[in-house]
Amino acid sequence: MKLAFRTSKDLWSGLIFTAVGLAAVIIGQDYGMGTSNRMGPAYFPTVLGSLLAVIGLVMIGRALVLGSEAVGALAWKSMALVLGAVLLFAALVQGAGLFVALPLLVFVSAMGSTLFKPLPAILLAIGMTVFSSLVFVKGLGVPLRTIGAWFGG
Amino acid sequence: MEILDNLALGMSTALSFTNLAYCLLGVILGTAIGVLPGLGPTATIAMLLPATFGLPPVSALIMLSGIYYGAQYGGSTTAILVNLPGESSSVVTALDGYKMALKGQAGKALATAALASFFAGTVSTIVLALFAPPLAQLALKFGPAEYFSLMVMGLVASVVLAHGSLLKAVGMVLFGLLLGLIGTDVNSGMPRYTFDIPEMADGINFVIVAMGVFGIGEIIRNLESESSRSLVASKVSGLWPTKDDFKRIAAPTLRGTLLGSALGILPGGGAMLASFAAYSLEKKVSKNAKEFGHGAIEGVAAPEAANNAGAQTSFIPMLTLGIPSNPVMALMIGALIIQGIQPGPAIMTEQPVLFWGIIASMWIGNFFLVVLNLPLIGLWAKLITVPYQLLYPAILVFCAIGVFSLNNSIFDVYLMAGFGLIGYILLKLDCEPAPMLLGFIIGPMLEEYMRRALLLSRGDYTVFVTRPISAAMLFVAVAALVVVLLPAVRSKRDEAFQEE
Repeated sequence: MKLAFRTSKDLWSGLIFTAVGLAAVIIGQDYGMGTSNRMGPAYFPTVLGSLLAVIGLVMIGRALVLGSEAVGALAWKSMALVLGAVLLFAALVQGAGLFVALPLLVFVSAMGSTLFKPLPAILLAIGMTVFSSLVFVKGLGVPLRTIGAWFGG
Repeated sequence: MEILDNLALGMSTALSFTNLAYCLLGVILGTAIGVLPGLGPTATIAMLLPATFGLPPVSALIMLSGIYYGAQYGGSTTAILVNLPGESSSVVTALDGYKMALKGQAGKALATAALASFFAGTVSTIVLALFAPPLAQLALKFGPAEYFSLMVMGLVASVVLAHGSLLKAVGMVLFGLLLGLIGTDVNSGMPRYTFDIPEMADGINFVIVAMGVFGIGEIIRNLESESSRSLVASKVSGLWPTKDDFKRIAAPTLRGTLLGSALGILPGGGAMLASFAAYSLEKKVSKNAKEFGHGAIEGVAAPEAANNAGAQTSFIPMLTLGIPSNPVMALMIGALIIQGIQPGPAIMTEQPVLFWGIIASMWIGNFFLVVLNLPLIGLWAKLITVPYQLLYPAILVFCAIGVFSLNNSIFDVYLMAGFGLIGYILLKLDCEPAPMLLGFIIGPMLEEYMRRALLLSRGDYTVFVTRPISAAMLFVAVAALVVVLLPAVRSKRDEAFQEE
C-alpha cells in the first residue's frame, strides 16, 4: 500500500487537481463573488475550482480503492539540465549578452541527452549563436544584446 | 454560383506572390517538422507565431495552416521509412507502411501516401468551402447562451475524443480554463491569480503555455528514451504505383477521405482520430483484410487520406464558430485574436478575403506538397537522420528567443521553463496536455459568454436550456459524456486508440 501510494499516476493527478482547484477557490474568495445576475470576478473561478477539486477527490478515491499504474522514473538529469539551461539563459542574456547565454543554453541542454558528445554540441552552440545573432537580432530586430551590459555592450 | 465567386476571390488572394511564398514556406516547414520525430506542429506553430505577428493576417494564417497539413504529409515519410511516427496522426501508417518498406516497396508506399493525401486534401477543401458558409450563417444567430453551450459542447467533445482517462481529460480542461483566467478581469478590472507580479497582469500569453508544455515538456519526455534511427531504405525507387495498386487504393482512399472529413469537423477530432478510425474501418471492410499489418497498400492509403482530410476540415469549426477542435486550432484562434480579428461566424462576412484566401491556399498547398515531396523524398529521408540530440537544443533556442520576443520580457522565459516542468509532470501522469490548451484559450471567452447570458436572463440559469439551440448542444454534450461512460462503448473507445 505504501509503495502504491508513492507511485500511483491517478493518485498524484488527483492530488494535483484537488490542490489547484482548492487554491483557485480559496485565493478567489478575495475577488468578490457577485450574484449570478452580475457575476463577480470570483464567480467563474469558484465554479471551475470547485469542479476541479471534486474531480481530484474522485480520482484520489478511485486510485486508493482500485489502485493505478505506477509513475515511471523521472528523467531527473535530463529535466534538470534542460530546464536549468533555459533558466541560465534567462538569467544571463541581458547581463552577459547573447554570445554568452546562447552557447550555454545549447551546450548545457545538450548534456541532458544520453547520446551527448562534446564536439558536436560545441559546433551546434557556435552555429546557433551565429544564426540567432544574424537572424533574430540583426534580421528580425529582437532587442537582445550580443554583448551584455556586464561587458559594456 | 456564389461559391465560385467566393473561391475566385480566395484564389486571387492565395495566388498573390507574397501569399504563394508564405504557403510554400509553410508546407515546407510543415513537411520538415512532420518528418522529424519529436517535433510536432503544435510546438512549431507556437515557436513561429511571434514571427507572424508582423505579417498581414491572411499571410500569417496561410503559412500556419500550411505547417499543419504539411506535417500530415511529412509524418507519413518517417512512419514508412523508420517505423517511427513523425506525427501522432501517422502512427497507424507505420503499421503497414513500414512493412511495405521492408519488402522493398518504400517508394510505392510513399507515393501512395502522398497521392491519397492529395486526393483527400482536394475533396476536403471542397467540403470546407461547401459547409463552412451555412454553418457560419447559423452561428450568426447565436446569442451568448448558445455560444456558452457551444463551447461547453466543444470542450466535452475534446474530452470524449481524447484518449486515456475521461476524468483526467475533464480535469485538464478545467485546469486549462482556470489558467486562462489569470490576469486582469475585463469586467471589474480586478487582477486575478497574478500574485502581484506586474508581468502577469495581462494574463499569460498562450504561446508561453504551448511552448512550455508542447515544446520543453515533450523534449524532456523524449530524452527518457533515446535511440538512434536507421533508415530501412536509403535509396527510394519505384515511386509510381501500378495500375493494379491504383485499383486497390481507390476505394480505401475515398472512404478514408469521407471518414476523415466527417471526424475532422467534430470538436476534439482532427487528424489523429481520423487516421485511427479509417484504419479500423478498412480492416473490417477490405477484401485483403488478411494482409493488414503485413504491408497492405490499403493500410497506407486510407489513414493517410483520413488524416489529411481531418486536418483540413478541423478548420471548419475554427473559422466559422471560433471554436478550436485541437491544440493547433487553438493556437490559430490565439493568432487571430492577436491580429485583432475576433474569431467567430463574422469572419466570413467581415473578412471574406481572409476566409476564402485560407481555403483556396489549402488546395494550392496540397498541390505544392505532392509536387515537392515526391521528387524531394531523398532529401526528407536525410532529414530523418538528423540526430535528436542536436535537434532539441536548437528547438530550445527558438523557444527561448521566441518567447522573449513576445513582450521583450525575461519573465516570460522563466514562465516558459515553469510550464515545461508542469508539462513534463503532467505527461508523466498520463494527463494529456491538449485539452488543457483548449481550455486555456477558451477560458476567458467562456466566462464572458456565461456572464452575458446570465446578465440578459437576470441571473436565471434556465436560459441555457430554454433556448432550443443551446439546449440541444448541452444535451449533445451530456449525452456524449454518458455514452462514453457506458462500459460497452468504453472498451470500444479504448480499442480505437490501440490499433496494433
